[in-house]
Amino acid sequence: MTWETVIGLEVHAQLATNTKIFSAASTAFGAMPNTQACLVDLGMPGVLPVLNKGVVDMAIRFGLAVGATVAEKSVFARKNYFYPDLPKGYQISQFELPVVLGGQITIEVDGKKKVINLTRAHLEEDAGKSLHEDFEGYSGIDLNRAGTPLLEIVSEPDLRSPAEAVAYAKKLHELVQYLGICDGNMQEGSFRVDANVSVHRPGAPFGTRAEIKNVNSFKFLERAIMFEVERQIDVIEAGGQVVQETRLYDAAKDETRSMRSKEEAMDYRYFPCPDLLPLIITPAMIEAVKADMPELPDAKRARFMSQYGLNDYDAMVLTNSREIADYYEAVVAATGGKDAKIAANWVMGELNARLNNDNLSISESPVDAQRMAGLIARILDQTISGKIAKDVFDAMWTSQDSADAIIESKGLKQITDPVAIAAMVRGVIDQFPEQLAQYKGGRDKLFGFFVGEVMKATKGKANPGQVNQILKDELAK
Amino acid sequence: MSDQIDVHKVARLGALAVSDDEVAAVGQKLNAILGLFDQLAAINTDGVEPMAHPLDQVQRLREDVVTETDIHEYVQQIAPKVEAGLYLVPKVIE
Repeated sequence: MTWETVIGLEVHAQLATNTKIFSAASTAFGAMPNTQACLVDLGMPGVLPVLNKGVVDMAIRFGLAVGATVAEKSVFARKNYFYPDLPKGYQISQFELPVVLGGQITIEVDGKKKVINLTRAHLEEDAGKSLHEDFEGYSGIDLNRAGTPLLEIVSEPDLRSPAEAVAYAKKLHELVQYLGICDGNMQEGSFRVDANVSVHRPGAPFGTRAEIKNVNSFKFLERAIMFEVERQIDVIEAGGQVVQETRLYDAAKDETRSMRSKEEAMDYRYFPCPDLLPLIITPAMIEAVKADMPELPDAKRARFMSQYGLNDYDAMVLTNSREIADYYEAVVAATGGKDAKIAANWVMGELNARLNNDNLSISESPVDAQRMAGLIARILDQTISGKIAKDVFDAMWTSQDSADAIIESKGLKQITDPVAIAAMVRGVIDQFPEQLAQYKGGRDKLFGFFVGEVMKATKGKANPGQVNQILKDELAK
Repeated sequence: MSDQIDVHKVARLGALAVSDDEVAAVGQKLNAILGLFDQLAAINTDGVEPMAHPLDQVQRLREDVVTETDIHEYVQQIAPKVEAGLYLVPKVIE
């Protein structure tokens, strides 16, 4: 018998501000412990939180990007629980009146588009970090992260498979980076995903859900949901009932397990935070953010197709991140916008392969857009063939030299003189009388053999198009 | 009248030490307070917007500029136990 899976995701995106949500302490990653925790972050008595304008602007930016309602009035609330990395004994969050309501994200799975509805997005502060390993009988507390701004983005339970959940998470991940509101670094915890998962029989109401936490990659998100779906089906088919609970994903064991201790404390006793006044977002504030919005991924994709004549797939790959898209556009601009398809092939092909191989991001590429454009220009004006260009690119990767300098110093300039090519073609034909006889006798396939020999004789430098033409002419004689 | 209050649960959530001897007395006092809330809850508030804050003002915003400095050596003077810049607390682990 079949089962249907229902998934909703809660994503915590750490906002890329300079300072914390309620204090003017730095949010820079990797500082020495507790050097970026001020009196407000420490929960000292007598200090008051003051809301960061940058945080509000980023929330508005997100709301606009997903077509949501940016709340004219939203309210901060206290979520009460005790833990050593939460000095105040409560987390300032938003509860009944969040800053962003509704909105949509369109995903694509197996070529099919699907609209995923968002419930809300609200602002809150992060807690500090607990280090349990290094101190016998003690936990070490670093409060640098305490008060770091988070935007919690909650989807409706609209996702129906692990693949859809991953597609949605990736789309959101791409979007927040495009918007410049989150660096998207999952290893550093800047983008954290929790999944609510349930199963039910077709036609039956939704089943009881379990929440999976501690998922820090898209691969683990998919595996955690797959495991959880199987587990719930097994429980029900064995006559049991799924319990509503929080479960932790253990990547090493590829399983989820219950976090029972968390259950008892689930009563957070929210109430409006008396230290903060309601946040009022005026139309003028929204207009100011709107004027500053970057081009969004879907719009950029469509523009790449119309402006550069790229197909859907190429446009998708090249707009995958803002950095790749910017690099590509810089290359096209530097080559005078002449052949955007060749530039696309090089960015997606050789460059991408080398970056992957060396584990570099495009912003760390040894070959910048200007030098890449210099190489492509030489392919376009037929100074070198595409094949030789790969050798030039290899040399560029490990040096600071321009394509021109490498072509010059290595003598890689393409041979395009028809007289010179014809002489070499005749030389090759004379060298292989037997093959010539067979070719004349009807073995057309030997044409390739002659092309190969000519290219070998010219060390690959002869213009392939011309070689084909001249060879055809000479063989016909 | 509200349901009788679960003193043990409230004490646990609030991290308060309430001994078994005190449970009855504390429960009585808390229930008396809840009685007052019941009186408030009985008032008709149809069409009244919930009040987020008693001051009729809006939140002022701060520019996103770092002005705080490193004060950990100063504030850690009052911490019971510190090592390598970290506050040490009795081991807590899920």
